[in-house]
Amino acid sequence: MNRYITRRIKNRIMVSLTYLALVIALIPLISILIETMLRGVPAINLQFITERIPPLGQPGGGIGPAIQGTLIVVGIASLIGVPIGVLSGISLAEYPETKLALAARFLNDVSTNMPSIVIGIFGWTLIVVVTGWSVIAGAFALAIMMIPIVTRTTEEAVKLVPQSTREAAIALGVPRWKTTITVVLSSAKKGIITGILLSIARISGETAPLLLTILGSRFWFSGFTEPTAALPLAIFNFSKSPYSSIDWPRAWGASLILILMILGISVVVRYFTREKYV
Amino acid sequence: MYKRETSLPTEAINILVSEQMSYKIEIEGLNAWFGNNHVLKDVNMKIKERAVTAIIGPSGCGKTTLIRCLNRMHELVAGARVSGKVLLDGENIYGNDIDPVTVRRRIGMVFQKPNPFPMMSIYDNVAAGLKLNGVNDKRRLDAAVEKSLRMAILWDEVKDDINKSGASLSGGQQQRLCIARALAVEPEVLLMDEPCSALDPAATTKIEGLIRTLSQDYTVVIVTHNMQQAARVSDFTAFLYLGELVEYGDTKSIFENPKNELTENYITGKFG
Repeated sequence: MNRYITRRIKNRIMVSLTYLALVIALIPLISILIETMLRGVPAINLQFITERIPPLGQPGGGIGPAIQGTLIVVGIASLIGVPIGVLSGISLAEYPETKLALAARFLNDVSTNMPSIVIGIFGWTLIVVVTGWSVIAGAFALAIMMIPIVTRTTEEAVKLVPQSTREAAIALGVPRWKTTITVVLSSAKKGIITGILLSIARISGETAPLLLTILGSRFWFSGFTEPTAALPLAIFNFSKSPYSSIDWPRAWGASLILILMILGISVVVRYFTREKYV
Repeated sequence: MYKRETSLPTEAINILVSEQMSYKIEIEGLNAWFGNNHVLKDVNMKIKERAVTAIIGPSGCGKTTLIRCLNRMHELVAGARVSGKVLLDGENIYGNDIDPVTVRRRIGMVFQKPNPFPMMSIYDNVAAGLKLNGVNDKRRLDAAVEKSLRMAILWDEVKDDINKSGASLSGGQQQRLCIARALAVEPEVLLMDEPCSALDPAATTKIEGLIRTLSQDYTVVIVTHNMQQAARVSDFTAFLYLGELVEYGDTKSIFENPKNELTENYITGKFG
C-alpha cells in the first residue's frame, strides 16, 4: 500500500513537470503573438496596406510596396524552389541507396543549417555583383534556402507511403515512374504540402539574404532586375528609426501583416489541396 | 530395344497438342535469391489454364516468392535475383526483350493485405489500372468498373457509394475491391497471395466462392497457408518445402494419397 502511494506521488510530480515545461515553452510564443496584436492592430488601416512607404519619421503612407515585394520575391523563390525540392525529395526517397543520393542527403542536411547571411553573400557575389541589386537575386537566395527544407520533408513524406501501395500499382502494369507521380505522390501529398508551407513561412521572414540581394526600397515594384521592398526589410528599417513614436508602430504593424500573410497562404494552400477522403 | 513409332495417329497428336496448349504457365528451373539467401531451388511446374492451382507449405518455404516470380514482382526488392525460365503461353517472361510492365498487365495480382489506393474512391480504385495505362473513355471505364465489381461480387454492396473512399469499406470488401481492381485490366492470370489471411470466416467464404467462379475464365494461382482452403478451392496443389517443390498434382490425390512422406506429414498436421 505504501509503495503504491509513493508511486502515485512520483507519477503526479512527473506529470506536473511535463505540464510546467509545456507552459514555459508556450510563454514566449503567446507573448509574441499578443504583443504583436496589441501593438500592430492600431497601426493597420487601409492606407497602411495600400500606400507607398514614407521616409523615416514622416507621417502618412504605408507599407504597400513591402507587401508586394515579399509576395513577388517569395513567389518566384517558390517557383524555383518547390519543383526542385519536391523532385529531389522524390528521387532521394525512391532511390535511397545510390551514391548520388547519399551525397545529396548529406549536403542537404548541411545546407538546411546554413546561416542565411552566408546564402545572402553567396547570392550577392554570384548575381548582385554582375546585375546589381535585384528581385531575381533575392528570389534566388531564398530558393536556395527553401530547397533543402522541401527536399527533406518530401523525402520523409514519400518514404511513409507503404510499399504495398506502390506494389498495388506496379502489379497492375503501371510503369514505375507513373506509379510514383500518381499513386505515391497523391498519398504523400499532405506531408509534401506541409513541407512547402513550412519553407515558405521560413523564407518569408528572412532578412539577412534580402539585405544583400534586393536591398530594399520605398517604391513599388519596377522590374525583376531592380531593387524592391520586402516586409522583413521594412520591419528592420522602421525598428532602427530614431522617430520611435512614428516608425515603431509601423514596424509592429508590418510584423503583424507578415504573420497574417503566412497564415493566409497556409490556409489558402491547405484549402485548395485538401484531401477528398480523410 | 524399344523403337518408337514415328508417325502417331492424328487423334493422339491432337490429344498431345491440346494437353500441351492447356498449360498457361510453365516454370523451368526457377531459382530465386534474396541477397545470399537461396529461397527457391530449381522449381519446375506447369500450371493449367482456367483452373485453380494452390501453393501450400509452411511459413518461409518460398510460396510468396514463387508467385512473385510469376509476374516479375520479386526483382523489385533490393538484392533480389532470379534465374530460370517462366513461360507464359510458351514465351519466357524473363527473356531479354520482355518489358516486365507488359508481363504485369497480363498477370494480375491480389496481395495478402487488402491494399486499395487510400486517396481514391471505389470507382477510381477499380478504374486505376485502365486510367493509369491511358484509357480515358468515360463509357468504357464505367462499363469496366461495373463489370469488374460484379465479377468480384461487390457491385450490389457499393453501387450507391461508388464515389466514397475505398478505405471506408470493411476488410473483406476491400479485398474484393482489390480483386475487382486486378480484374478491370482483364489479365489472363490472377495471382493471389494468401488473399484471405486478413479476413474473417464469412468474408473468406465469399472470396473462396469467387475464386471458384473466376477459374471458369481465368488461370488462378493461389498461395495459402490454410490447407482446408487449398482443398476447397483448388484443382491442383503444389507443396513447397524449404524452397523446393516436393509434390505437385491434382488436389484430390495430394490430399488423399500423397506420394511423399513430407507432404503427408504436412497435410496431416505433423509439422508446419
